[in-house]
Amino acid sequence: MKILKPAKAGTLESSDIYITVYPNDGEGINIKLESIVMKQFGSQIKKVITETLGELDVENVDVVAVDKGALDCTIKARVEAAVRRSSL
Amino acid sequence: MNKLRRTMLFIPGDNPGMIQNADVFGADSVIIDLEDAVGATEKDSSRLLVRNALMNLDLGIVETVVRINGMDTEEGVEDINALLLAKPDGIMVPKATEEYIKIVHEIIKETDIILFPIIEGAYSLETVTDIIRASDRIKGVLFGAEDFTADMGIKRTKEGSEIFYARNRIATVCKAFGVDAIDTPFTDTNDEKGLEKDTLVGKSLGMTGKAAINPRQIEIINGVYSPTKEEIDEAMKIINAAEKAAEEGKGVISLDGKMIDAPIISRAEKVVEIAKQADLI
Repeated sequence: MKILKPAKAGTLESSDIYITVYPNDGEGINIKLESIVMKQFGSQIKKVITETLGELDVENVDVVAVDKGALDCTIKARVEAAVRRSSL
Repeated sequence: MNKLRRTMLFIPGDNPGMIQNADVFGADSVIIDLEDAVGATEKDSSRLLVRNALMNLDLGIVETVVRINGMDTEEGVEDINALLLAKPDGIMVPKATEEYIKIVHEIIKETDIILFPIIEGAYSLETVTDIIRASDRIKGVLFGAEDFTADMGIKRTKEGSEIFYARNRIATVCKAFGVDAIDTPFTDTNDEKGLEKDTLVGKSLGMTGKAAINPRQIEIINGVYSPTKEEIDEAMKIINAAEKAAEEGKGVISLDGKMIDAPIISRAEKVVEIAKQADLI
């Protein structure tokens, strides 16, 4: 799936994650993450985001994620929603 | 006997915090709402959120039902297709008609998903028998009084005399078909006495449970639809007397000088079954 335009999904409420995706020009996957649990789960959150992008065949994207303690299934849903919105 | 559904708690389908805690509120069922609780711009995102949550979270013994968008919208069919993967226990169909239920039944028939139509218009109310007959997956019917009174062009009141007929009809038809009759939610979440009174009215008309729109409403509704200790003790005495009479080969059963007949035993068995499901005995 190709990122055609900036798009976002999620909220800044507790247990959620706010994902914004931006197109980039062949620069691969870049993730900028803020999280209330960065020390404990920062690498896991990035891994989930990366895996979800892989499942959606996204190869080039800049992701800004602001996490408020989201579970993996929420992170995956928000990433997928943002990607689908960006490709419309 | 049907699964116990004293309370069915509405949870917004765009709220991951509430969805992941769906099993802690004490409701017998939760209705994760993709319809009215979700704004038009968040339908896609909420559908993915609910799908993923149901596929990945262990929500314990609480029954999970998802209210989809109307079958007169594109969102409705997309919701069902997402739920075929997520496999909730049930799907709630708003603004139900016989035609919509047949369509939903056709899509879910290869799964174990059960159905709950919502009666929220005059046509739905007068065809509720046809709606229930449209699918053997229907296990309960929810009455939606807000939309119903809007459809009728009548004023909705706390006292609720304007919905007497609708409640009565739904409860009676549901009883006839052996499915649950779930009463409309009480919308003033700060009025606990009003909630209890409204719940008692529904129960007196034959409703078997009630929808809740706030976790604070659950305890009161569960209380109304659960048997009291005295009712449970009396039911146990009746069942014990009936069992003893059967062992002794007696055709006539008496307890404390009163004759006990089949309907009384049947009612006692229901009380005990509800008490067991509610962990009261």
